[in-house]
Amino acid sequence: MLIVTSPRIRSSEITPKSVYLNRRRFLAGAAGLLAAHPAAAGAKLSAAKSPLSTDEELTDYRAVTGYNNFYEFGTGKTDPARNAGSFQTSPWTLSIEGLCHKPKTYDTDQLLKLAPLEERIYRLRCVEAWSMVIPWIGYSLSALLKAAEPDSKAKYVAFESYYNMRQMPLARYAGIQLPYVEGLRLDEAMHPLTLLAFGLYGETLPNQNGAPVRLVVPWKYGFKSIKSIVKIRFTDKQPPTTWSLQNPREYGFYSNVNPEVDHPRWSQRTERRIGEFTKRKTLMFNGYAEQVASLYAGMDLRANY
Amino acid sequence: MRQVFRSPWSKAFVFLLCLLPLVRLAVGFYRDDLGANPIEAITHGTGDWTMRFLLLTLAITPLRRLTGQPDLITFRRMLGLFAFFYGFLHLITWAWLDKFFDPQEMWDDVVRRRFITAGMLGFVLMVPLAITSTKGWIRRLGGRRWQRLHRAVYISAAAGVVHYYWLVKSDIRLPLLYGIILAVLLALRLVFFVRSRQPAPQPSKKTSV
Repeated sequence: MLIVTSPRIRSSEITPKSVYLNRRRFLAGAAGLLAAHPAAAGAKLSAAKSPLSTDEELTDYRAVTGYNNFYEFGTGKTDPARNAGSFQTSPWTLSIEGLCHKPKTYDTDQLLKLAPLEERIYRLRCVEAWSMVIPWIGYSLSALLKAAEPDSKAKYVAFESYYNMRQMPLARYAGIQLPYVEGLRLDEAMHPLTLLAFGLYGETLPNQNGAPVRLVVPWKYGFKSIKSIVKIRFTDKQPPTTWSLQNPREYGFYSNVNPEVDHPRWSQRTERRIGEFTKRKTLMFNGYAEQVASLYAGMDLRANY
Repeated sequence: MRQVFRSPWSKAFVFLLCLLPLVRLAVGFYRDDLGANPIEAITHGTGDWTMRFLLLTLAITPLRRLTGQPDLITFRRMLGLFAFFYGFLHLITWAWLDKFFDPQEMWDDVVRRRFITAGMLGFVLMVPLAITSTKGWIRRLGGRRWQRLHRAVYISAAAGVVHYYWLVKSDIRLPLLYGIILAVLLALRLVFFVRSRQPAPQPSKKTSV
């Protein structure tokens, strides 16, 4: 299903392939020089395999890093890869605050050292009815949350993305309120599948994929997996979330992948796996029902979409 | 200019020009050059060009008046038929690559998704216009009735804009742009209409038919 088109770019404005390949080579060289610094873009990240991974075929690297929704860098699918290149993600700080005993501000190095990195191969299902299989690198968000020791009043976790018009001039056309905010119930946030990701395909996150640190919640529509996080806050009330602020009838707080509950404008029964010609049936909770269905026992998922 | 517009070569040239978007999509698909989601690229591409050809078709009449080039009319039927052609490709892309010709799924979409309803309305309205686009049909219907029938293209174009507007998630710039162009083209017609009802035009002014 098709959502947004980007403004047309004249072919003369597009960097010729030879030039960008050269630039890549240059950047690869630069990354080599900076290899000692784990936060450098495109640097190698080693990680242990995880039993939580799917064995499905991976989506092509070019698609994973070239077909993105990251409205701060343009609303077209190829805009983020084109426009996020100069995004400064170092130095970076992420603060954990709110209803907890040990609030703290981390830099990227501290975050990377907080828990052992794992490679988690997850399905990603976009609300626009396309999907991918992506080898993320990170650790369960619960490791970070536990370190902050949430107090007994904490019921939800609110997330906030980096936002700066100077770094993100195209954000003015996003049509959504920024900074991007998301939220989870505390038990969802503590679930082992909920991943704090720093990399994909064996390297640090490309900017267009939400560098340097993002969330991955594989049983929810992709927009819940907030990118480039700067703030995590424990709250006692359900936090506002960007897309349900934009259109509460179409996007709810939970946004669990559910083939039975249509988006008002299109069906969610099927999806197109990027790289495939025919469409697949969408699975309940994106195929993670066994692990997460119990979180929603007794809940009306039609009302809590 | 007159000779240029009347030459059969210019018609052939415009015809080939109108095929370029299709050629680009076909070559792009063949060379796997349409990005990560080629089917989406084809759907968007054919939809965009349907809208553009509709606007081009509707631009002919105002352009004839404003530029004093009545011979531009030679291209109007062709542009209109290309709008229909790209609309048909757009519809087939949806029916085949999105719905795999599943009648239940297609029916569900048409009745339950308002953006599909609007798009379908826009396309269905083009069908009689495409059929009656020949000289024979103009004769059979009579110029006046034919003209009245073909005003349906206004609704078709408006339905196209609404279809696009209802589709996008938050960035409404492009559907808005199409909407503004359409509004201008329709407003110009209103201006011409009002002027044509006014008593004799000033003799000094060059009139264009």
